[in-house]
Amino acid sequence: MSDLCDEREAAFATAGLGSEAAAEVTAGDAAAGWAPDAPLIAHRTTWQEVWTRLRRDRFALVGLAAIILLVVIAVFAPWIAPHDPTAQFDEGLTMRGMPVGPSGQFPLGTDTLGRDLLSRLIYGARVSLVIGVLANGFALVLGVVFGLTAGYFRGWVETLLMRATDVMMAFPIYLFAVALVSVLRPSLGILVLVIGIVYWTPMTRVIHGEVLSIREKEFVDAARLTGCTSVRILYRHILPHLVAPIIVYTSLGIATTILFESTLSYIGLGVQPPTPSWGQMISEGQAYYLSAPHLVLYPGLMIMITVLAFNLVGDGLRDAFDPQQRRR
Amino acid sequence: MSGAVSGAVSGAVGGAGSGVSAPAARATADVATSPTGGDALIAVEGLSVHFPITSGIIFRHKVGAVRAVDDVSFDVRKGETLGLVGESGCGKSTTGRAILQLVRPTTGRVLYDGADLAHLGGGALRRQRRRMQMIFQDPYASLNSRMTVADIVGEPLKVHGLRDRSGCKERVRELLQTVGINPNTLNRYPHEFSGGQRQRIGIARALAVEPNFIVCDEPISALDVSIRAQIINLLQQLQREFGLTYLFIAHDLSVVRHISDRVAVMYLGRIVELADNAVLYGEPMHPYTQALLSAVPIPDPEAEERRRPVVLQGDVPSPADPPPGCHFHTRCPAAQTGLCDLESPSLAEVRPGHWAACHLITAEDYPHIRAGEDDLAVVADGPPDAWPGDTRSDHSGDGAALDGPAGGGTPPASGGEQA
Repeated sequence: MSDLCDEREAAFATAGLGSEAAAEVTAGDAAAGWAPDAPLIAHRTTWQEVWTRLRRDRFALVGLAAIILLVVIAVFAPWIAPHDPTAQFDEGLTMRGMPVGPSGQFPLGTDTLGRDLLSRLIYGARVSLVIGVLANGFALVLGVVFGLTAGYFRGWVETLLMRATDVMMAFPIYLFAVALVSVLRPSLGILVLVIGIVYWTPMTRVIHGEVLSIREKEFVDAARLTGCTSVRILYRHILPHLVAPIIVYTSLGIATTILFESTLSYIGLGVQPPTPSWGQMISEGQAYYLSAPHLVLYPGLMIMITVLAFNLVGDGLRDAFDPQQRRR
Repeated sequence: MSGAVSGAVSGAVGGAGSGVSAPAARATADVATSPTGGDALIAVEGLSVHFPITSGIIFRHKVGAVRAVDDVSFDVRKGETLGLVGESGCGKSTTGRAILQLVRPTTGRVLYDGADLAHLGGGALRRQRRRMQMIFQDPYASLNSRMTVADIVGEPLKVHGLRDRSGCKERVRELLQTVGINPNTLNRYPHEFSGGQRQRIGIARALAVEPNFIVCDEPISALDVSIRAQIINLLQQLQREFGLTYLFIAHDLSVVRHISDRVAVMYLGRIVELADNAVLYGEPMHPYTQALLSAVPIPDPEAEERRRPVVLQGDVPSPADPPPGCHFHTRCPAAQTGLCDLESPSLAEVRPGHWAACHLITAEDYPHIRAGEDDLAVVADGPPDAWPGDTRSDHSGDGAALDGPAGGGTPPASGGEQA
């Protein structure tokens, strides 16, 4: 920070000479006059800089740790989970058919069918993460490609893409998803596809709007003048300015997507039982929320932690991608 | 100070002479348009840029057009600085952008060294872009805030494959040195620089491809007054050093006077007058130019007291619906009904090297508007000999008219800004 201040002062010193004196300053003199001892900052790649800035953000680091933990849990589920998540245990139900509470055998208790809740939570992370990340990634790619193309090239391409987006948005998304899933037979891959198709439209709108304003900026004209191709302009000059909306939208989208999956699971069109997913666990447990609140509490908590973690990291990344953040 | 500064101008001109070669042509396109001398680097012929006004959501249809630039012809000679002045919205920036093909001309040709740019596309145009660059008005908007200085200045080198990786870095340092930026700052971001420094970086980017022709689109209007003179001097120094040709767009009349060899005045999409710097400022012929110049404050209290500006009535008409005939007739103090509001005057060479688009200048009973040093007033029905041609032409040189004693090298700081 301090070297920045020094530069500013030096700049002001030059500027403060007054018009007549300043007019005498030739280009060469100005070079000597302005911050002659400005230190050379080593060249770093964008990702190095992003990491440097992200490292200072405690909340983002916590979020990142949580995500890494979740990923580890999901990947190593068979080794971590104490039981088979689909196995129904006789001792997992009381004599009257109620789920049992926490015990040595079932650390978080069991669900209504006598299955180990902890194991189901651990395996549920797989579905939720895969859906959250892949479906969002799919929506993101579609949204960015369509939004960039429509916003930059304008003309009939824009009309076509944006009107198609409007048509898509006019559909009731649940009805649309239900129709698609029921025709295509539910599976994880189909779910990712369907959720992606449903969620690309708002992303396209957001990106399109941003591109419309950025393409009119003078630095884009300057890039065109230096002989950049359209692809280079889009990639090097416009896309970096879209990082903030993309990250914010994606981190919010991951939450929405996980919940969307649970909704689909609830009506039986999501992940098919007995494969566990958090959303499905909530919908199965909600009938018992008074007598066995842990059935909804734990999966709900997991969704919340996941969503929060992605939001924290998203927030941190958005700031870290902005070079106008203080350099330390 | 003024010595160094005006030396820069004449040095750059290299004796381009006072208007021997004609500007491109008159309004009608069928007239021979090639300039007489072989020294025109850029020839603009019948350039028009119309922005369509559209309506409808799915099926867009044109309901009108904003005639930002309307049939403009001129040329820019090798090594000169052609000033282009006019009010906001008169189309001067659009003209500059159309020359560089940032905005595609609706009609007309832009010849660079004899080759038409308006019909070049894709790769051919990208290759030509090495020859022409632009310095932008807003140094905050014209540099990509997410790129380092090295990336910004080095990008043209990469795009055109002018240097390899290590040569690129070396060249960037060299360019930064040239424009007066400490080369050690090359890995910094634009927001770490002041406005003047950013403008220098923009200039370095423009120089990277070693262009011959640079459009300076109001390069100093967004800068602090104290920085302006530095940038102007830098531009002049670079012109001398690299033999650059400038199209200098500005609304600040004193800056244009300082830097230009010839000056073109635009009004509502058309060029109304074009002449050598000294001639235009000394003996403006077009009523609009006269009014424009009379509005410049004189940095001398006594002269300023005597200055009587020609205050134009009304507003600039909308370029979407320009008035018929001469675009200026709605506000012209000397307009004649039946002539000016019907027929559009073409840019004609009134005197050698002095072009103006006004019916009344060539008419016998020209009601003169005298642009005197002391009394700049409209003499509505004055006798023909009231035209100060004889007396004025004697000292048509520098400092004769509006800027008063401080004339020659008035820095923009004290010259004031003309809206």
